[in-house]
Amino acid sequence: MAGFVPDWTLQRKGATDQARHQQKIREALKQRLPDLITEDSILTADGGRVIRVPIRNLEEYKFRFDPWQGDRVGQDQGELKQGDILGQIPAPVSGDKAGRGAGAPGEIPGIDYLEAEISIDDLAGMLFEDLGLPYLKPKMLSNLPRPTFQFKDISKRGLMGNLDKRRSLRENLLRHARQGETGLGAWKPDDLRFKTWVNVPQEDNNAVVIAMRDISGSMGDFKKLMARTFAFWMLRFLRTKYESVEVVFIVHHTQAREVTEEEFFQLGESGGTKVSSAYELCWEVVQNRYPASQWNIYPVHFSDGDNWSDADNRRTVEFLEAMLPLVNVFGYAEIREGGYTSTLMSAFGKLRHPRFQVVTIGNKRDVYTALKKFFPRTPGDE
Amino acid sequence: MSHSNYPTDDEIWHLARQQGLDPFPIRFEAVPATILYEFAAYLIPGRMSHWSYGKAFHAMKTRYDYGLNKLYEMVINADPAYAFLLDSNSDLENTFVRAHVMGHVDFFKNNVHFSNTQRDMLEVVSRHAERVRQYQFEQGVEAVERFLDAALSIQEHVAVPHPPLLSVKRPKGPTPSGGSWSDLWQPQASVPQHQLKVREDESDLLQFIIDHSDELEEWQRDVVAMVRDEMIYFWPQMRTKIMNEGWASLWHIELMREMDLTDADVINFARLHSSVTAPIPYQINPYAIGYRIFRDIWDSQGKESAFLVRTVDDDVSFLRNYLTEPLIDELHLYVFGPEQDKIVVKSRKWELVRDRLVKEVFHGGLPIVEVVDGDFHRRGELYLIHRHEGTDLDLPYAERTLEHVHLLWGRPVHLETVSAQHKVVLSFDGKAHSRATV
Repeated sequence: MAGFVPDWTLQRKGATDQARHQQKIREALKQRLPDLITEDSILTADGGRVIRVPIRNLEEYKFRFDPWQGDRVGQDQGELKQGDILGQIPAPVSGDKAGRGAGAPGEIPGIDYLEAEISIDDLAGMLFEDLGLPYLKPKMLSNLPRPTFQFKDISKRGLMGNLDKRRSLRENLLRHARQGETGLGAWKPDDLRFKTWVNVPQEDNNAVVIAMRDISGSMGDFKKLMARTFAFWMLRFLRTKYESVEVVFIVHHTQAREVTEEEFFQLGESGGTKVSSAYELCWEVVQNRYPASQWNIYPVHFSDGDNWSDADNRRTVEFLEAMLPLVNVFGYAEIREGGYTSTLMSAFGKLRHPRFQVVTIGNKRDVYTALKKFFPRTPGDE
Repeated sequence: MSHSNYPTDDEIWHLARQQGLDPFPIRFEAVPATILYEFAAYLIPGRMSHWSYGKAFHAMKTRYDYGLNKLYEMVINADPAYAFLLDSNSDLENTFVRAHVMGHVDFFKNNVHFSNTQRDMLEVVSRHAERVRQYQFEQGVEAVERFLDAALSIQEHVAVPHPPLLSVKRPKGPTPSGGSWSDLWQPQASVPQHQLKVREDESDLLQFIIDHSDELEEWQRDVVAMVRDEMIYFWPQMRTKIMNEGWASLWHIELMREMDLTDADVINFARLHSSVTAPIPYQINPYAIGYRIFRDIWDSQGKESAFLVRTVDDDVSFLRNYLTEPLIDELHLYVFGPEQDKIVVKSRKWELVRDRLVKEVFHGGLPIVEVVDGDFHRRGELYLIHRHEGTDLDLPYAERTLEHVHLLWGRPVHLETVSAQHKVVLSFDGKAHSRATV
């Protein structure tokens, strides 16, 4: 017993275990990404906003009493009267085995569940870790010169604004040390060091995404929401990770037209569907504005596949086959509420091409799968 | 720095002895907030590593950083005792905290429920931590973590240490007005000893697993045993929280009174005292209630009685015997709870408040779960029963806990309980859950 004097300053376990806990939160959040990215509230929020995500995996499960059952004792200043309402018991969440939902009443201690706070930007960062632009190749583009320079070198002459103070101090110290003196001494112009830059020729990964959306009458609320959710994350991803990505927005029913980003997200129309109209417009856009020699091209199309006629399906496939040699990846996302296979999907089914990716979105979680399939992160991506 | 008129550590300790307290020797150390909150999260310094402590540490530290609460001290039940003070405390705060600590350490040393606690626990937990590190090295961090998750999930289910039988008579509680029923109020004189013993064994899930689980490797058995030892050390603190804080609060007042303080210090001290005993919304403040009860015993039955209560009681008997109608009125206690879909104030009737509070602290506020059968279905399955006493279990939580128990037991596990007046058996076979209503 005697002589046991622990060195408290060596105790840093808290920080280590805290880091492990944070890591577990991150893992848990990552597992829940497919659900989180389709939360309606996220789509309308700005990136800095923090959302709270209940994490059930990181609760410390034990045998405990139902927190919403049984009376407890409280203490006040004598102001509460019998019958006063202190709060509301949240309703059980249907289908959720973990019991009641969020929304604990006021400050009443009830369910003490762990919530991780994460900003939407961080959430996006987590999602984008797994995404990339496949087959991306550097392609020179003369009309988008990007002058880039980097501070890479040191010189004895330069602009005062670029003075490297640390190196200059070091030179001064060294010079005096050579003369057997310690510390800083008088300054000579020879001591000064300046940062200088070099011009770096930069090759751009010029890329264009052509987003096409079916806005025909058969595209109900769910289908619209899925298409918009996908497009939201796709655009965010492209703009976060790639500086020079252009996006062309096309909507179609029986006719296709190019629209602004705002219109792309908001338009809701009725009418029939001719998918070929969109593919034809896409083809024209590529031919006229984004030659494959200069651009990485990523067309993406959202539809329920409920196309007008077999004849139009054939026409659609023809345009698609013509485009495939030009594009990096062509993505078709079919949004379905039932289990049937659309005629368009059947027509596409015969097509086997490594650059043609098809996904089916049947529920919210599939949005995540679709993102990963269209934009897989390949080795060598930055 | 230090004010000459504040007593030193030693002087306060001797003052406490003069006033009748009997604390272990105490080592005081001033530590920065990070260290203090770390100790508070682990409950004892040097304990084994687990993310749940990191989670507690983060939560406490965040609250401190936002100025939401301040921990003045942390005392370790050991001989000699350790008391850690926040290094940013003012001299007056530190004097107040030292006086408070005297009450805690006296309580640790003299309350009977602590009579079997290991007073060298600081070394014990360090050795545990060292062994866990060794297992992490041999078995992998993930495997040890997963196993600790399981063992910690039922850590409270150990044999609650019982105090040795006492020859002293407890001081009288306030007698019910009539008096003619007084024979009914006598505690039952002779509880058959073997009956108690059987019950203890059954509620010691961890010991049962150590003894009877066929699946555990040696290191796993050791981890369960370490978790169990540590919990047995903490149980007395869990069952005397109100008393312990009340006793310490009583003594910070008594000892500060004996000191030569300036008028300004007296006012600041009064402010400190009222801040630690301030009501907390929708909860009880153990400092306030414990202090008020002890003060009442001291005033009405004398100092000797207060000392006797500090020796023989735990929170359940303390509240049951000494929380009186005038005190409940004065402390503004009330019962609240669910009524349909609302939480409402239900009553200020003193018996209801007292009984409810006793129930809240009974068994540390935790459900009692016992082993019924370790060879259920004659297939080595584990059958547990929750001794239902009016409040249902949180069933989703219980199911997730059963997954942990399954990891410890290695074969299907069952838990019998009551939910909405029906007997329910929850089962987990390693893959799927089932619920049977009986």
